[in-house]
Amino acid sequence: MSSDRNAAIGLDTNYKYGFVTEIETETVPRGLNEDIIRMISSKKNEPEWMLEYRLKAYRHWLTMTEPTWAHVKYDPIDFQDIIYFSAPKKKGEGPKSLEDLDPELLRTFERLGIPLAEQKRISGVAVDAVFDSVSIATTHQEELKKYGVVFCSISEAMHTHPELVKKYLGSVVPYTDNFYAALNAAVFSDGSFVYVPKGVRCPIDLSTYFRINASETGQFERTLIIADEGSFVNYLEGCTAPQRDENQLHAAVVELIALDDAEIKYSTVQNWYTGDKEGKGGIYNFVTKRGKCQGRNSKISWTQIESGSAITWKYPSCILLGDGSQGAFYSVALTHDYMQADTGTKMIHIGKNTKSTIISKGISTGYSRNTYRGLVKIMPSATGARNYSQCDSMLVGDKCTADTVPYIEVKNETAVVEHEATTSRISEDQLFYLESRGLDREAAISMLVNGFCKDVFKQLPLEFSVEAVKLIEMKLENSVG
Amino acid sequence: MGNLLEIKNLHASVEGKAVLKGINLEVKAGEVHAIMGPNGSGKSTLSKVIAGHPGYEVTEGSILYEINFQMKDLLALSPDERAKEGVFLAFQYPVEIPGVSNFEFLRAAFNSVCKHHGTPEMDEPSFREFLRKKMEIVNMKEDFIERAVNTGFSGGEKKRNEILQMAVLSPRLAVLDETDSGLDIDALRVVADGVNRLRSKDNAIILITHYQRLLDYIAPDYVHVLAGGRIIETGDKTLALKLEERGYDWLLQN
Repeated sequence: MSSDRNAAIGLDTNYKYGFVTEIETETVPRGLNEDIIRMISSKKNEPEWMLEYRLKAYRHWLTMTEPTWAHVKYDPIDFQDIIYFSAPKKKGEGPKSLEDLDPELLRTFERLGIPLAEQKRISGVAVDAVFDSVSIATTHQEELKKYGVVFCSISEAMHTHPELVKKYLGSVVPYTDNFYAALNAAVFSDGSFVYVPKGVRCPIDLSTYFRINASETGQFERTLIIADEGSFVNYLEGCTAPQRDENQLHAAVVELIALDDAEIKYSTVQNWYTGDKEGKGGIYNFVTKRGKCQGRNSKISWTQIESGSAITWKYPSCILLGDGSQGAFYSVALTHDYMQADTGTKMIHIGKNTKSTIISKGISTGYSRNTYRGLVKIMPSATGARNYSQCDSMLVGDKCTADTVPYIEVKNETAVVEHEATTSRISEDQLFYLESRGLDREAAISMLVNGFCKDVFKQLPLEFSVEAVKLIEMKLENSVG
Repeated sequence: MGNLLEIKNLHASVEGKAVLKGINLEVKAGEVHAIMGPNGSGKSTLSKVIAGHPGYEVTEGSILYEINFQMKDLLALSPDERAKEGVFLAFQYPVEIPGVSNFEFLRAAFNSVCKHHGTPEMDEPSFREFLRKKMEIVNMKEDFIERAVNTGFSGGEKKRNEILQMAVLSPRLAVLDETDSGLDIDALRVVADGVNRLRSKDNAIILITHYQRLLDYIAPDYVHVLAGGRIIETGDKTLALKLEERGYDWLLQN
């Protein structure tokens, strides 16, 4: 069962996800303007208030410029040269069901290791399968309904739970937040919606699998998770895409809201196509993820294994508003060949006695660039706030770079903020020690890297952590030699 | 019985500086050789060259080692290949490997050697059982298994861990580089006792040490004095006693 579960988040040891599904699609014309947005909204049969929201975001986006502060380099993106919506053609107009799906889609997800059909699906984890711009199926809905847990695509939630979507969409990441968040708000296609009611411990893990298939298309995922008072949810996310020579944009927004005493654990294994050995092609992963610990003693943790994408620009953050709330960020970012990653977190302490933990492990190999960028901000109201940050970088080889850019702003003198950072080249002494016990160089490097990442891996559910180790080993095997 | 190890006219340098200047040494299975000598004489360099540390360059001479009843060029093998063929170095300064438990480290090492020889690898439960027995040899506490390799270990624990690794890997040639240094008398006894229990007619041990006291516990067949990158004197264990009494000066003056 564990290998099924791992497939559910795109964990596998070879990039065997590089294939393309031949399928009839409906798309909107290339480029971006208000008509395109109206078209997307109408294709999704959205309520008027949603279209209004999109248009406001779009108009705001027009006033913004692309951020350039990240340590990444790429040719300017032509936003008029992207197709903003692509979905497999539906057979009928009826409600979404597996019978309505093109069998080719079912086969695609089966090949990715995620059977969607009732009798074959993976037990113990519910999956929302997103293909290009739409969610095509969500498993285990009936079972979850018994507990009052809502797990569906966000497009569906607009109709079934408009009050929740209206209340929370954009409440953590407003469209004014940044360039890509505004773009996402204007054109977002699909993603998952989760609501866990008061006092419910979600009985199974929830997971979304994002698949980019169409070429020249951007994917603009939008995910919203609300954990009501005293509830708990474990959420996992995986992503893969075909191998293509041109770059593709993935600009997601994820918002988490935890009310009093609620806890959300959000884990990502990001394995988008990285581009080839020369750095050609691959996904631009420009993502805004933020959680709001709104309630007292609420908890949000982000665990990410970033091992894919040509460029990653991503800072999963926590706003610690409720008194006694806790935020955590555990990250392993591995870059190889010509990959570039600028990733980290922001912990904004507003409530009293709020706590945050940051553990970041960056590994650079090949010609890659790997930057940790983080902000710890203690507001004047955050009496008794505590933060502990540990940011370690490991270099394998001498052509890669690693940078650590921590920002710390403390406006309350009772706060305790600790920051530790190290950068090291993989140590010849350690390698020799392991080699002299019979491990070859590759095995020795992989053992050292796994040891280096241990504090993060142990935050993942057990089976995922085992597979994450394998994924990192496989990536190292291909890039260190 | 033939030789297990033959070192001939070995010259080696570190960062361009010549340290070994013509070492000759023959070791047979079943023998224990002690190598003593003043600081900077090249004792540790010799051990690193035998194990294959990439920072040491052999400029002249050879090291032959018996593999499948044939003397093979040891210097042609990578460090991990030497280990798989039964060469073991107990480090003077064991290295810390944070985040890697002793259990996973020892099992990976053990299985890597098994794989090389085509013998079955051990699964977790059987290796745990196997490791427990070996731990008794050096008096290791249970919690050691899950601790990270040498990380936060006391000096004594690190040295005992080296002997434990030796017990797990059962090498044919073990080089112990100042395993006794920094140990109090009780720890020294534990370490020496461990070494004695691993001593057999099939393996050979080279003890590199500053002090005669280790030789009170592990009786060597030969004692060599290394000075200025050469072996200048060879004798039996009485040579060590003589050195204890008179120092090295009388030899250096010859």
